[in-house]
Amino acid sequence: MDIAVLISIIVSVAVSATPLLLAATGELVVERSGVLNLGVEGMMIMGAVAGFSVAQATGNPYWGALGAIVVGALFSQLFAFLVLTLVTNQVATGLALTILGLGLSGMIGEGFVGQPGIKLEKLDIPLLSDLPVVGPLLFSLDAIFYASIALVLAVWWFLFRTKTGLMVRGVGDSHTSAHALGIPVIRIRYLAIAFGGACAGLAGAHLSLVQVPQWTEGMTSGRGWIALALVVFASWRPGRVLIGAYLFGAVTIAQFHAQASGVPIPPQFLASLPYLATIIVLVLIARNRRLTMINTPAALGQPFVPDR
Amino acid sequence: MKKTLLALAAAAAVMLPAAALADGHGKTKACFIYIGPTGDFGWTYQHDEGRKAVEAEFGDKVETAYLENVPESAEAQRPIEAFARSGCNIIFTTSFNYMDPTNKAAGKFPDVKFEHATGYKREHPNVSTYSSKFYQGRYIQGQIAAKMSTKGVAGYIASFPIPEVVRGINSFILGAQSVNPDFKLKVVWVSTWFDPPKEADAAKALIDQGVDILTQHTDSTAAMQVASERGIKAFGQASDMIKFGPKTQLTSIIDDWAPYYIERVKAVMDGTWEQQDVWHGMDHGSVKMAPYTNMPEDVAKMAAETEAKIKANEFEPFTGPITKQDGTVWLKEGEKADIGTMLSMNFYVKGVDDQLPK
Repeated sequence: MDIAVLISIIVSVAVSATPLLLAATGELVVERSGVLNLGVEGMMIMGAVAGFSVAQATGNPYWGALGAIVVGALFSQLFAFLVLTLVTNQVATGLALTILGLGLSGMIGEGFVGQPGIKLEKLDIPLLSDLPVVGPLLFSLDAIFYASIALVLAVWWFLFRTKTGLMVRGVGDSHTSAHALGIPVIRIRYLAIAFGGACAGLAGAHLSLVQVPQWTEGMTSGRGWIALALVVFASWRPGRVLIGAYLFGAVTIAQFHAQASGVPIPPQFLASLPYLATIIVLVLIARNRRLTMINTPAALGQPFVPDR
Repeated sequence: MKKTLLALAAAAAVMLPAAALADGHGKTKACFIYIGPTGDFGWTYQHDEGRKAVEAEFGDKVETAYLENVPESAEAQRPIEAFARSGCNIIFTTSFNYMDPTNKAAGKFPDVKFEHATGYKREHPNVSTYSSKFYQGRYIQGQIAAKMSTKGVAGYIASFPIPEVVRGINSFILGAQSVNPDFKLKVVWVSTWFDPPKEADAAKALIDQGVDILTQHTDSTAAMQVASERGIKAFGQASDMIKFGPKTQLTSIIDDWAPYYIERVKAVMDGTWEQQDVWHGMDHGSVKMAPYTNMPEDVAKMAAETEAKIKANEFEPFTGPITKQDGTVWLKEGEKADIGTMLSMNFYVKGVDDQLPK
């Protein structure tokens, strides 16, 4: 196989993995703060429709991406208000957010069906993109890809190297202790949820502006759920989210290549490979109880009502 | 959202069925079950265009309702029955795997008429099946592909290995071989009808594997956009997708369900509805071709000629001699495929570079 084809394949993997990486990184921060938001799919699709429509209205896909971030963050605040202020059940509220997002986006996007969108073109980084092999692989992709990599690094640094990050993790492990220490539990969780929404929104915009510049109802097709699984897969560590997202992307792309080059394996089996891989890793992780205990936010999904 | 509203409406209708039918002049209610969203701009979009045509035709004499994204599993049972209970007089279930749920529901609701698209089971007198001969269009696409491809290999994005899809693949390669006997076809199964990013991934993989013409049997415009980006030619599916590839689309098969839906709803109104199994093709206008674009004039002329022959029933793609992939003879010179084999087709013909999943 010649090198150009190989590069093209790896770039396809990166494109396929980017929305998963973004949404999972956002959700990781939310879960680290002790909140389980199952509304990722809903926020993602709201981001997809917002990104598409803002790009159509302004003619600039970058405004579209920004619009998706804003809409994702705002939409997540509905969830935040319900679970943090009204202390509703997080699982049920998250599911409701997904259903609402899927329906609402369909309604908003109705007029955009059948319209080709504006693609967020790849952004060549001067000089670096001219390097052989490495250039087209790493420095000649879309801006959202660069953002996703930067985001993982930033989230790692924030959670494990800053005082505020320690506070977020503390809130996620024991909100009562954090509260007793005077840490603003509710405010931190509001912000974490907003961050998660913004990331999911941007992930949606990557679908509707980069992968397939179009709006079709339900175009996220379950990617939000995969992002949720990736967070557990990664045992709440940013670096492992990166590995997980790319592994998932790679298996997805590889199975298409296997089929197209006539490898005699049933496609149904190949299609299930990414999910099988996820399950196997989850089982492996679950075997190491100590590691799981250390990384799992202890207060995940528990309601918190401050006693005054 | 729409689903929720419909569910509420369905619940309300369950409580008031007598009121709606009491005066005997109640509206005829036609209901539709869709596999994807009406905004897929492909398969479901075209069915919904048919539904809108029914509304336009009969005005206030009809009422229509639809449910989108109904999964193709036993779960489909509930929405179909909910429709039946809510006073629908005729229910169209528009995807292959609604076959068993549709027949089960028909047994429970003998007064409701059921119309199942692309299936073959009619277990009760109130179930009809209907489909279109999309494969006729695929033969024409195959001919065009063989003329347009410089590498002699096309890529096919396929959904599930059901007879309808297999028939399309076979028809495509037969068309291509009628022009270039050595033409090859690479098939990628994506195991979904609708997942735009995944369809795009499959398209990229096929292009990286060296195909220079793309065709698809999935429901979104994603592959068309990828083909456009990579500068190769492609065929649209179910709808005219020219807007997504003005310099890419060669033609597209267009499903036109409107005449059939209008005819069947009218039959319910008139009380003349009877069980039937229809399989119309280009001759009835239920399969149409989008304009032949982005190709030299002689290729467009050849395509138009084949189309005219199929339309006039002078030519049928599945006419012998045809050899199966395993080398055995399927149809002898001049022999035509029987309808049973056509409807249950589970084998490839020679030239398909893939193993048919079982």
